[in-house]
Parts: sequence; structure tokens; C-alpha cells
Amino acid sequence: MAPNGVNGSAYDDEDIDYSDIEAKYQVQYDEGFDNILVVDGVPVIDKSKLDKLLQKISKDFSRKGCPIKPENITMPWTESGKSKGFIFMEFKNGDDASRALATMNGHPFDTKHTFLINRFTDFERYLALDETYVEPPPEEYKSKEHLRAWLGDPQGRDQYATYRGDDVEVHWHGKPSQCEVSYSKVNWTDLYVSWSPMGTYAATLHRQGVRLWGGSSWEPQSRFAHPLVKLIDFSPNEQYLVTWSYDPIVVREGAEQGPQYFSPEDEGNNIAVWDIKTGHLLRTFPSAYPEGDDQKKQMAWPALKWSPDDKYVARVTPGQQISVYELPGMGLQGKKSIKIEGVVDFEWRPLGDRDREEIENENKAGGGKAPKKARENTLAFWTPEVQNQPARVSLMNFPSRETLRQKNLFNVSECKLYWQNQGDFLCVKVDRHTKTKKSIFCNLEIFRVREKDFPVEVVELKDTVTDFSWEPKGERFALVSSSDPNLGNPGPGITIKTDVSFYQHERSKGDFKLLKTLPGRTSNTVRWSPRGRHVVLATVGSSSKSELEFWDLDFNIEETRREGAPWGSGIQHLGTADHYGVTDAEWDPSGRYLATSASAWRHTLENGYAIWDFRGQELEKHILDRFKQFLWRPRPPSLLTKEQQKQIRRNLKEFSRVFDEEDAAEESNVSAELIAHRKRLVDEWNAWRQRCRDDIADDRRKRGKKADPANEKQPVEEEKEEIEVWVDEVIEQIEEEVLE
Amino acid sequence: MRPILLQGHERSLTQIKFNKEGDLLFSCSKDHVINVWYTHNGERLGTYDGHNGTVWTIDVDSQSRFLVSGSADNMMRLWSVQSGKCLFRWEFPTAVKRVAFSEDDDQVVCITEQRMGHQGAVRIFDINRDGDGTEQNKEPLSMFNPIGSKAVVCAFAHRPDVIVTGHESGKISLFDAKTGDEIASNEHAHRDVVTDLQLSPDRSYFITSSKDKTARIHETRTITVLKTFVTETPLNSAAIAPSKPYVLLGGGQDAMSVTTTSLRQGKFETRFWHKIFEEEVGRVKGHFGPVNTIAVSPQGDCYASGGEDGFVRVHHYDESYFRAKPYGDLEIEE
Repeated sequence: MAPNGVNGSAYDDEDIDYSDIEAKYQVQYDEGFDNILVVDGVPVIDKSKLDKLLQKISKDFSRKGCPIKPENITMPWTESGKSKGFIFMEFKNGDDASRALATMNGHPFDTKHTFLINRFTDFERYLALDETYVEPPPEEYKSKEHLRAWLGDPQGRDQYATYRGDDVEVHWHGKPSQCEVSYSKVNWTDLYVSWSPMGTYAATLHRQGVRLWGGSSWEPQSRFAHPLVKLIDFSPNEQYLVTWSYDPIVVREGAEQGPQYFSPEDEGNNIAVWDIKTGHLLRTFPSAYPEGDDQKKQMAWPALKWSPDDKYVARVTPGQQISVYELPGMGLQGKKSIKIEGVVDFEWRPLGDRDREEIENENKAGGGKAPKKARENTLAFWTPEVQNQPARVSLMNFPSRETLRQKNLFNVSECKLYWQNQGDFLCVKVDRHTKTKKSIFCNLEIFRVREKDFPVEVVELKDTVTDFSWEPKGERFALVSSSDPNLGNPGPGITIKTDVSFYQHERSKGDFKLLKTLPGRTSNTVRWSPRGRHVVLATVGSSSKSELEFWDLDFNIEETRREGAPWGSGIQHLGTADHYGVTDAEWDPSGRYLATSASAWRHTLENGYAIWDFRGQELEKHILDRFKQFLWRPRPPSLLTKEQQKQIRRNLKEFSRVFDEEDAAEESNVSAELIAHRKRLVDEWNAWRQRCRDDIADDRRKRGKKADPANEKQPVEEEKEEIEVWVDEVIEQIEEEVLE
Repeated sequence: MRPILLQGHERSLTQIKFNKEGDLLFSCSKDHVINVWYTHNGERLGTYDGHNGTVWTIDVDSQSRFLVSGSADNMMRLWSVQSGKCLFRWEFPTAVKRVAFSEDDDQVVCITEQRMGHQGAVRIFDINRDGDGTEQNKEPLSMFNPIGSKAVVCAFAHRPDVIVTGHESGKISLFDAKTGDEIASNEHAHRDVVTDLQLSPDRSYFITSSKDKTARIHETRTITVLKTFVTETPLNSAAIAPSKPYVLLGGGQDAMSVTTTSLRQGKFETRFWHKIFEEEVGRVKGHFGPVNTIAVSPQGDCYASGGEDGFVRVHHYDESYFRAKPYGDLEIEE
């Protein structure tokens, strides 16, 4: 064939077969009828009124932004000279036709006539449709893995996730022999991993969005396309997910549309709320920054706070209002926000075990009779001092919006709200300044929410409180206070001296009393065991100190109960440990183990993690380069009833005997295995040494030497003997004559 | 264990060596001096003076007659162990980083530094053991330049005509001593610079330590890795304990970054690892700088460690060390 050269004209064109090129560049005529619409519902007229009608139709279409000329409208006629009541419209192209279809379909032309528009092509398509019904093949049922499969572990082990370098691993944690990696994956996440609050899902963050994983083989469960997502937050009952990205949402031209994707209305927002089961986007919000014009505005996270029953989610617009949205519609509850002048922060009251039980009973009993009074959620919020108004802490019921209790406070510079996890107590940590505003001290205002009229008690402290935490399910709290002058200006090598104090609720008097103060500590973090009673004081994030102190607050629990032992006598120091460079400490969900980790996100010295028992005995320690994250997998609340739990507690001795036996059996098993393994290693080594010896002997013989190097130079192995040599040396001999 | 602190150096130690009987300990340091000590009481027997630069390396022959040393003054010297006299000097264009006697004491291998336009070189010299040792041949028996990453440690391998070298890249190689041909190599023996190489008594296997925080035992014949010991600190030295199935590893955070970390953090300990199970059995603390060099007495009754802190610590094992059987009655060939 002819070369494709530009100057290839020397050849006769006639011979060249251009058919392929012609086919390629052939102008595509609009053969289809995509640009033709059939408009039904047009008034039936006779020919005389044709022009007028077409003018009117064309005007109507033009007004809505779909211009059409009367000459492009075709009207079919019956034999009797009347119109058929529908017309054909020919648009310039398919796109115009589609737009006209979208805007004009259902357009009321006049009181009697409404346009019903179809594509011309649709008619053909539907006419050609096969009318016989073909039963669709039933979709194969694929059983999904149980999302809580890990709870069925026969050994009752807990799981934890670690993130190191690019590897994410899920481990089992149990007895030493039962600790193993359950699942691992490289590059599972781009940022970090997170568990849902009941441990059902593992969330991974990627450039494109969030993915949830679950089941025993970690199948992907759902995904949420929020590009460049940085922070996520689950609702307490794992029904919804909140995501946040620093970059405002942008919807690109031609981006996928649907309930699972952002639509143009979401543009510019940062926060998105999703339904976990369906994967649908519920609503987006812009991020709210606290008031004030200082540069280092920090967004509070979680930005949306969930009521403990997942029914409401609320966000605060600092200084103005709290907006509560009702799930699952995400509509503003009551169509208006709660306007509170100056509001800074709020917290939902958590549900206690008792509340949950009641709700369950109500649900069971429900159906027939409605509960006597709708259960309400409670909100606590505070407003700062403005002009002559004192600062105020308020409790409000929701959705009735009825204020339950208010307390006025003076000289307030900052408040923090701490609910006890059963919702029994609310502690408001009030940082107060003296009149001169030079020094700061701290008051604790403790609301007893379960009692009538919400009595408030004040604990006054002279120092600044840096950390506060309630004992879970308990009546005690621990706080870290400090009067160190270096407080507030951290620098390298500065370790802040702190005191740790424990307080307990005294039932008889109804107030909170100091149990014990541990002075002169460096601890800055208090971690209560999720079951209460045990507590760990840790010095976290310091370069020179890294102590962990393990305490038991009910050490002689039997005695205390019997004879009302002296106040605070149950506190016992169990042990002290040290984990260099510790950055995080977390109890496992059962409250038996504590995990501490040194994350490479904070520093690069001796990264890794350690697991301790509640007494401070080290069980495992792994020093791993580039270790980033350690996370226990949370557990859902127990499914056992109160009675069943009681039963177990009563028969604890029986159970523990079985466990002890298992332990003993296993120990011997493990050691047998280990011994066998070692034996194998030794045998391999010995065999290899034997080969080596022979080889060397061969070698030496070849080189013309004796086989054994030891014999070469010293033919007879000398017995080691000690030779003592006595040397008598005569230096001088003098003969003396002794005269008698 | 009762450690004996040998305080004879003013700067950090570079290498220490026991003689065959284990009664003498030779040490060299950056302060230009070579010392020899009685092992049993730590008394200093004498010094070998003459080098005018950091003494990087020493080796003693099996008869404790000759000592050879290499220094940053570009010299390799032969000394009389007994008298402390310098018997002979070889001069090179660059510093001498490593010396080693052959099994029969009649050859010495040395590595010279790659610097100032000179290639790193491995040279092998004949040692004339007749007479008083002052008549040596100035010219090497053979010389070759390893291509690629420079060699940092070397020794005579299982046969006297094979040299085993450790390289800056972490490579371990075998070279023909006469032709300089690379017989075998393991490019990925370590991932960082090899810091030490010590042979087993019969030279059938050897241990290397590296900055990549691992030590490894290799079979000499094939240079395949047999055992790996993974620690959490860069290693400067590794030694094989005779008569017990242990290896001794020493190291610590680099001297440069030490000041920024606490003492505990530096991990300046000598670690005992089980040679076969690859498990750590114990640690000996003491130095307050990285451990630069470890030597074990061939008799197996003591070991010594030399640190960046300028001290040598000689540890004589307690009776319990010989009696202890932490892994039960397992017959392990040496």
C-alpha cells in the first residue's frame, strides 16, 4: 500500500483504499429522534386556530427557557379536520429536548390542559417491548458474616488494632499463648484507624473518604465519599457517622450523583453526616469555630454531639444558639434552634444502665399503652459572664426545652462540663480568677442529677486543675491539680509537678469528700478502668518522666463493707511501672489490662507499645520503629440479664477453677511445644556442626596438615598442672666462730 | 560477676583483643596508645607507644609473640608483645582500619581506608617469624581493591587463601587472597554498615554486627545467614562465647545523638543472646556511652567490653554462669 507520506501524491489516488479513513471521519448525522418530543395534553382544535395555539405554546416554552419556533412544531390531524390533541416538537439537539422535557413536563397549559411530555424514542422503545413476563432469576442469597463474630471467640479474648508504618494489624489478646495476629493488611488506611463505639466496625481513612470494615474476614461494609476526610465520629449506637475535612466540599462537573454523594448544595461545607447502614448522605454543615478573632481558632471536635439514644444530634453556634436535629431526617427539631445568648459549650447527659433497662422494658411493654411520660434527653450548657450578667450553667430537658436547673457563677474565666458516665452527676469545672485577674483557681460545681431539685455542691480548690475524670459507674472522681509556676508554658525538659486527689460521694451527708491526695507527682493523666475501682496515673508526653502508677481504690473491700473502715483506707498502691516516652494509655474493655504506647506521631524515640495487667506487671512489650497507633476494640454492652450476671458472680469460684485448670493444661502444652521446637533447633545446629567439622578436617588434609589443629603443634594434650619452683640461692656464706 | 574497670585510656576504645590463653588483654583507643593488661587482676602490664594517630585496630598472634596494629597515622606496626618494641612499620597512603592474623600466624591481612583519592585496599603480608621479627617484607604478598561499597572489616576465612570482608553497605563477601577475585557475596547480609566481624574458633562460622540493629551468624563457606539477632539499638560489636551457646552484642545510640537522650535511653549494655534460639538471655550494664568493642576470652571464663566512655570493663563469670542451664539439658555443639 501507499506510504502515509505527505508527498505521496505521486501515487494514483484511485488505487488507494480510503474506506477505513472515511468510516472514521464520516460526519455523524443525527439519525436518531432524540431531539423530538411528543407533547400530549394539547387542546383539540381545528385548523383555523392552529397559528394562535402554536404561538401560545411557543411562548410558554420560551418563558421557561426552552425556546421553540412554531415552525418546528408539527401537529397531526384527524380525517375530520380536528387536531389529535398531541404535537411533535423538534429541538436543535437531544440536550435541548431533555431540558424541555424536564421543565415542561406536567406544565399546566390552562385549567383543563396539562402537558405530558415524552420522548419520541420512548414510544418506539416501549412499543417494541416484549410483553411476555420473564421471571427474573432469584438472586443468590449470600450470607453475610456476623459483624460481632469476634465476641464469639471461644477463649473470650479481646482484640486490638495496631498501626505501624503502613501495616495495620488486628491482634487477639488473651493468655500469653493465645496472643496472635488475627488479620493484617498493608496500606489499609492512609491516615489512621478507628473503631466504632461498640467495636462493630473498623473505619479506615483514605483520600477518597471513609471505609468501614467488619466481620471475621474484614469484608468492606460501606463507604462514604468525603474527599480528604481528616476526622470522623460515630454516633453512640453506631447508626450514623460524622466526617470532617479541612477542605470545603467541592462538587466537580459531572461528579456522580445520588443519595450517597455530595450534591451542589453541599458545596463549601466541611462536616457531613451519614447513615451507616445505607451509606446515604444525610446532611452537611460548615464547621463552626468558637467566637473571637484570634488567629489560632480551633475547632472543637466532635463538632456534632449525639444524644445517647441516637435520636438527636446537636451543634453549637458559639455565642448564639444550639441547633438540634432530629434523626433520621436531619431536620431542625421544632423548626428552630435553641437561642441562648453567649452559649459556649454543651453536653448531652449520658444514659445510665438503669435508664437503658427502663427504655428496654418500656419498649417491650409498649405497643399497647403509651409510656406515661415521654422519656426526655437532658442537655447541660454554660454561658460566660457578659456585662452585668453572671455566668450561668443550665440543665435543660429536650425536646420539651424545659429548663431544669440554673446556677449563676461569678468571676468565671472558663468552664468545662463533665458528666459521670451513668448520668448521675454533672461536674462543672469552673476556672475562676481573683478580682485582680492575676491568679486562677478552680471550683468544682457538682450537680446531683438523680436527686430532687438537683442539689449542687461546691468543692473549692486553690490550685489549677489540669485533668478531671469520673470513675465509670462510680461515685468517685480523680483530679490532677498543679500549682507549678511552669504550668502553661511548656518547654523542653520541663516536667510539671502535680498533685493527684481522689474524692468520693458521701451518701449520708450527700457531699463530696477528699479521700486522699498524692502530692508531688508528675502524673498528668488519669485513666480509670472502665469497670471502675482501678485507676492508673500516667506521666504522658514528657521527655524525661514516664511513670505509670497503678492504684486500687477498694483494696480491702470486704473489710470496708463490714465495719465501716476509716474514710479512704481502701486506697492501695499496687505497683509502679515505667514506659519510656509513653504518649497514650488505654484500658482494655474488660478493665483487666492497660495498654500504653509511644507513638511516632509524637516523637521517634523508642516507639512501640506495652500491655500491663491491672497491678502494673508487664505482660508484653514491643518496641517497633514507626509505631503509630494502638486501639482496643470496644465491646458492646452485655446481652446477659441482670439475673444472669448475678448468677455468674455467685458462681465465680466454680468458673475460676475451670479457668485455672485450663491455664495449667495449656502451660504444660505450650512448654512441650517450645521444648520440641528448641530440640529441633539444637539438632539442626548439631548436625550442621558435625558437617562443618568433617569439612574442615578434609580441607586440612588436602592442605597437607594434620586434621586436628590442636594436635599439630602440641601432639600430646598437656594436662594443666601447676609447677611450683623453689629456688634456693646462696647469697653469702659466713662462718663465724663462736667463742664459748 | 565482678567487673574490673581498666582506666588506661583517655579516649574512646576502638578494639580490644584477648590472647589465646586469655591471660592478656590488648586494648587500643583513639588516644594513640595500645595497652596490655593482666586479665585476672586488671593490672596494666605495659604499653606499645609509637603510633601518632587513632589506633583503629589490633591483633595478636596465637603464640602471644607478635602484635600487629593499624592506625590513622597511615601505619601498620608489628610489635613484640613481650618487650613492647616496635619491630617493623609498613606505611600506606591512608589510615589502616582493620588488621588480622591468619590461623597459622604467618600472614596478616589489613584494610586501608578509602580516602584522599585512594581506593580502599585489602593487602596481605607475609610475616617472617624467624629471627627477632625486624626483617619483614615491605611489599604485600597480594593486594586488591574491592569494587563497590568499601570494606570495613575483614579476616582470614576458613582457608588461609580466602578473605572474608564486611562492607559499608552491609555486604559480606569472600575474596580470593591471591587474585583478589570475589568468590561469593551476600549483598543484603545487613541493611547498614557492618561494624564488627568475629570468627568462631574453627573459623567455620562468624558473627557480624551492624548499625541496622541486628547481628547475624553466617556460615563461612557459603556466607549464608544462619541466625539473626534483632535488637533495638545500633550494634557496634558482636562476639561468640566459647563453651556456652551465647553470643555477646554491644552497641548503643550513636555517640552523636547520645547527649539528647537519657542514660537509660541509650541502651549502653552488653546483651547476651542465645546463639541457637535467637532469644535474649541477659544484659550487663555499666558503660555510660555506647559499647564499641567486645572480646571474649578464648578460655571462656571472662569477657571484656570497651566503650565510647574510655573504659574497658573486664567481667569474670561467676560460678553460676557455668552451672546455669536456662534452657535445660540440651547438648549443643560448639
